[in-house]
Amino acid sequence: MVQSPASPKAFRLWPFVFIALVVGIAAIGFAYTAGWLSPQRLTPKKLVAGLAPPGGPALGYRRNHAKGICFTGTFEANGEGSALSKAPVFVRGQYPIVGRFNLATPNPNAEDAMVRVRGLGILITTPDGQQWRSAMINAPIFPVSNPQAFYDLLTASASKDPDAMKNFIAANPGFLTFLPWAKSDQWTESYAEEPYNSLNSFLFVDESGAKHAIRWSLIPAAQPVSISPADLAKRGPDYLEQEITQRVAAGPQHWNLVVTVANPGDPTADPNKAWPADRRTINVGTMTVQQIEPERDGPCRDINYDPTVLPTGITTSDDPFPAARSAAYSRSYNSRTAEEADYPRTATGAKQ
Amino acid sequence: MTTTRTRFTAPQRLLHWLMAICILSMLFIGVGMVSTITTRYLTLVQIHKPLGIAILVLALIRLTLRIIYGAPSLPADLPEPIKLAAISSQYIFYVLMIAMPLIGWAMLSAAAYPVVLFGSVHLPSILPVSPSLHTLLWRAHHYLAFAFFAFILMHVAAILFHKLVRNDGVFEAMAPVLTQDQRERIDRLE
Repeated sequence: MVQSPASPKAFRLWPFVFIALVVGIAAIGFAYTAGWLSPQRLTPKKLVAGLAPPGGPALGYRRNHAKGICFTGTFEANGEGSALSKAPVFVRGQYPIVGRFNLATPNPNAEDAMVRVRGLGILITTPDGQQWRSAMINAPIFPVSNPQAFYDLLTASASKDPDAMKNFIAANPGFLTFLPWAKSDQWTESYAEEPYNSLNSFLFVDESGAKHAIRWSLIPAAQPVSISPADLAKRGPDYLEQEITQRVAAGPQHWNLVVTVANPGDPTADPNKAWPADRRTINVGTMTVQQIEPERDGPCRDINYDPTVLPTGITTSDDPFPAARSAAYSRSYNSRTAEEADYPRTATGAKQ
Repeated sequence: MTTTRTRFTAPQRLLHWLMAICILSMLFIGVGMVSTITTRYLTLVQIHKPLGIAILVLALIRLTLRIIYGAPSLPADLPEPIKLAAISSQYIFYVLMIAMPLIGWAMLSAAAYPVVLFGSVHLPSILPVSPSLHTLLWRAHHYLAFAFFAFILMHVAAILFHKLVRNDGVFEAMAPVLTQDQRERIDRLE
C-alpha cells in the first residue's frame, strides 16, 4: 500500500502557483484556438451573420440561397471524365442525384425578379457510397477574389456609409469585371435555361496520381430565352418554381457537365478571374432532372450542399473559397436544422 | 476493481499518455476548426474524424484492460470526498472518451454527411437523417467538448497536487517513466 509521509510538511506556496500557471496557460491556449482572444478573426459565425438582412435571418432556412426547390434525377457519365479523374462518378453509368434550384438571397420569400444570381446544388451518389456535392451559380465569375473580400462586400452593401461601396470597389477592382454580367438584361425565363458554374477550381486526380486543375459547368440543353427583369416580375413572384415544375412534369430536362482544364499558370486560386475561352473542355456526362419536389418536405431540405464533400479523385485546389464555404455552410446547417419549428415540414397556413 | 499494485500496467500507462495527446489535440482541433474559414478548416476537419474514431477504439481497448487489470488503490489516508472525486472522475473520463466519438459519428449520420475516414474509406451511417436528432447531438458534442476540456484541466491540477503537495504516489501510478528515487520509493512500498 502507498503511504503518505508521517510528518505533516510545512505549507509551500510554489506548487499552487505552478498548478495555477499550468492550468491557466492551457486554458488561454484553448481560448485563443477557439478565437475568443482574436476578435478580428473572420469566423464562420461572422461570415454567416454578414449574410443576414437587417431584420435577421429567416429562421429554419438556409442562411443564403434561402429560396429554392428540390429535384431528383440522374447523372449519366459517358466515361470521358475517367481520363482526368479516378472518381467512380466518371465511370460510364448512371448515378442518382438529389438537387436543388435556388436563388442567391437570404430571403426565402424574395421575388424571382429581384434576384440576379441563380444557383444549383447537386449531390451525386455512386454505388460504393461516395458522394460528390457541388453548389454552383449561373454567374460566369465570382464577384470577389477571396473570402475576406466577400465578407467586405457584405459589410459594404449593408453599410449606411454612402462611400462604403466606392471604398470596397477601390480595394477590390475585380468586382468591376463582375458588374457587366450582373447589370445585363440577359436574364432567362427558366431555371432550366441557365448554365451553372463551379467557379471554384478543384483538382482532378487521375489513376496515375497526376493532378489536373479544373472548373466545371452544367450547360443547359434548353435554348435560353431572354427576359427582362421587369417582364419576369409581371409573371409573378414565384414564377421560376412554377415554371420548372410544369416544364419537368412535361419532360425531363438535361444539362451537359463540361469540365474545363486549366493551362499551367491559369489563376486557380481566384474565382473572380475567368480562364481564357480556348481552354480544353471535356463533356463528361449528362445531368437529367426528372422530378421536381417542394423544398419544405422535399429530399434536398436536409442536405448541406457543401462543395468539399468530394469523392476520391477530386480534391480542393489552392482556391480558398471551398474551405470558407464549407465552414460557413456547416454553421448555416447547424442553425437552420435547430430551427425546424420555424419552418415546419408540412405547410399549415404558412406561405406555400 | 482495484489491486494492491502501486502502478498501472505498462500497456495501461502507454494508452493513457497516447490518449492524452490524442484527446488534447482533438479538443484543440475541434474548437480551432469551427472558428476559422481558412483552408486550415478542411485539414482540421479531415484530421478530426479519423482521430475521433481512433480515440473510440483506444478507449474501448483501455476499458477492457482496466476491467482485466484494474487500478492501483488510492492512498489510504486520502480524505473520502477526494477519493470519491478521484473515482468518479475516472468514470466520467471513460464515458466522455467513448461517448464523444459516438456522438460525433451519430451527428454526421443524422445530417446525411458521409463519415469519411480517409480516401474512400468511410463508416456506415448509424442514424437516420433527422434535423432534431442532429440538433440534439450537435449540442451534446459541443457542450461536452468544453466539459471534457474542463475535466482535463481539473485532472491535471489534481495530479500536480498529488505530486507536488502530497507526494503520495498517485502520480507515479500513471507516470510514463520513473526517476531513480521514485523507483526506490516504490520498491520500498512494495
